[in-house]
Amino acid sequence: MRRQHLGLWLAAAAGYAFLYIPLVIVVAYSFNDSRLNAEWVGFTLDWYRRLFHNDDMLAAAGNSLLIALTASAVSTVLGTMAGVALYRYKSRLLPILVLAPIAIPEILMGVSLLIFFVLLNFTLGLASVALAHIAFCIGFVAIVVRARLAGTDETLTEAARDCGASPWNAFRYITLPLIMPGVIAGALMAFTLSIDDFVITFFTAGAGTVTLPLQIYSMIKIAVTPEVNAVSTLLMLLTLALIIIASKLSPSLLRSEEGIA
Amino acid sequence: MNIKPQALSAASAARLGRWLVSGPPLLYLLLFFAIPSLIMVLASFRSPGEFGGLAPLWEDGKLDLNLDSYARFFSEPIYAQIFLKSVWYALFTTLFCLVLAYPLAALIAQSPRRYRDLLLLLVILPFWSNFLIRIYAWMIILGPNAAVAKTVNGVLAWFGHEPVPLLFSSFAVLICLVYVHLPFMVLPLYANLEKHDQALLDAAQDLGANAWQRFWRITFPLSLPGVYAGAALVFIPALGIFAIPDILGGPGDSLIGNIIKQQFLETRDWPFGSVLSIVLTVAALALAGLAAWVGRRNLGTPSSAGDARA
Repeated sequence: MRRQHLGLWLAAAAGYAFLYIPLVIVVAYSFNDSRLNAEWVGFTLDWYRRLFHNDDMLAAAGNSLLIALTASAVSTVLGTMAGVALYRYKSRLLPILVLAPIAIPEILMGVSLLIFFVLLNFTLGLASVALAHIAFCIGFVAIVVRARLAGTDETLTEAARDCGASPWNAFRYITLPLIMPGVIAGALMAFTLSIDDFVITFFTAGAGTVTLPLQIYSMIKIAVTPEVNAVSTLLMLLTLALIIIASKLSPSLLRSEEGIA
Repeated sequence: MNIKPQALSAASAARLGRWLVSGPPLLYLLLFFAIPSLIMVLASFRSPGEFGGLAPLWEDGKLDLNLDSYARFFSEPIYAQIFLKSVWYALFTTLFCLVLAYPLAALIAQSPRRYRDLLLLLVILPFWSNFLIRIYAWMIILGPNAAVAKTVNGVLAWFGHEPVPLLFSSFAVLICLVYVHLPFMVLPLYANLEKHDQALLDAAQDLGANAWQRFWRITFPLSLPGVYAGAALVFIPALGIFAIPDILGGPGDSLIGNIIKQQFLETRDWPFGSVLSIVLTVAALALAGLAAWVGRRNLGTPSSAGDARA
């Protein structure tokens, strides 16, 4: 191995270590038999056991699940439509509306939706959070679907139309099956984004509604406890599994910066 | 939803199809993104309400539209200072992400094709773990009882220095900002480096360029579009962050995001909060535009005509 390669390997290894050591520490201390996240004492599953007896935590997890299921279902339908529209039609407004929520700092969307809901006298809670999540998930689904469409042969859809299929049937029986992996990947991404979202949820949830990230936030603002590590580990397992599946279904997730932004 | 094509002329059927496909997402985003954003712009010209929120739009025969909140932003230097501080933090974050991301992206681009997806996935995965968990991890690492703080303070004590707290400091905020945004820099950089032509480097080597010259005079200039794209992807979200200073920062580490959060949720001065949000938006858009402009211009110059896109 040449010297410059060794240097590159070492620098990259340091980069990977920087990315993973913090997460490994969170996971490791979730099994640690000590209240302090400071040194290893011994193995225990106690923190997980407590988690499943913590009513606040379970309620928060239930809320998060409900919001994420709703938001991912609706945003998958709307995002697929947006993806198809972005690919097929030239439009000035749609690309801006689809991409802007992804590009601007999250806090801006959070506060503008807060003003919007309060001025409309819309009670802040599960519904307002789900509506907000749909708005930022549409863009992610649309990007994945558009990338998938770009990789498929649109002449197949045109052939179906020429053979007399209605636009809906051509979409239902030709286009949709072709882009299905992208649609599913988009749905998984939307679910993950929704269940993980903190910033926009923070502004649109109101006082009475708690989701998993909001629960984690209020816990770490008070004190560091291994229970947070346990819930973090479970949440990480769930979202990382979903993203690995999504990236298998839609390699475009890895191919460009769009997969992340 | 079965539209009979023969019932409509082809052109109007196509138009209908277009509206059926793009209409619903367009309407949704108009309602839940564009209109709220416009309301926020309007709110910035209003007066704060007596009990928070906004004052009535129409009161005592007067329309409540003014520039008071803008005047306040420009007359109280503390806000411009905090804004500048946020810009500095975001710049620092961008720079350090670049330094850390470059070897990662270069290694992935140089590794055999069959490993690239895996190596790339390994960079992206941490990004998809919960944002708060990634912040929380640094609370543990930098905590006063953890090994890092003990080691650092052990060394400092040896030099006769007072122990320093690592947590709740600018240091904690900055390291976490870099940590959270690193994948945003790696991806566009990799997308660029992957397309570089190895023949250019071989030619340079044949002409006697050493490793550093090959990097600095060929690879780096060609990678600038990737660098600018990554810089925009890191800088913009880093500028608006509030959770990291909120959780890891000390009292002096409030950034523009924290002040916005405070205006909306604590002091409930919506007009001023809106002004700050608009300043943040303008700054973010200006920088994104600058990055795109510099990137394009750079692509056109002869020095990079070797074309990283080839």
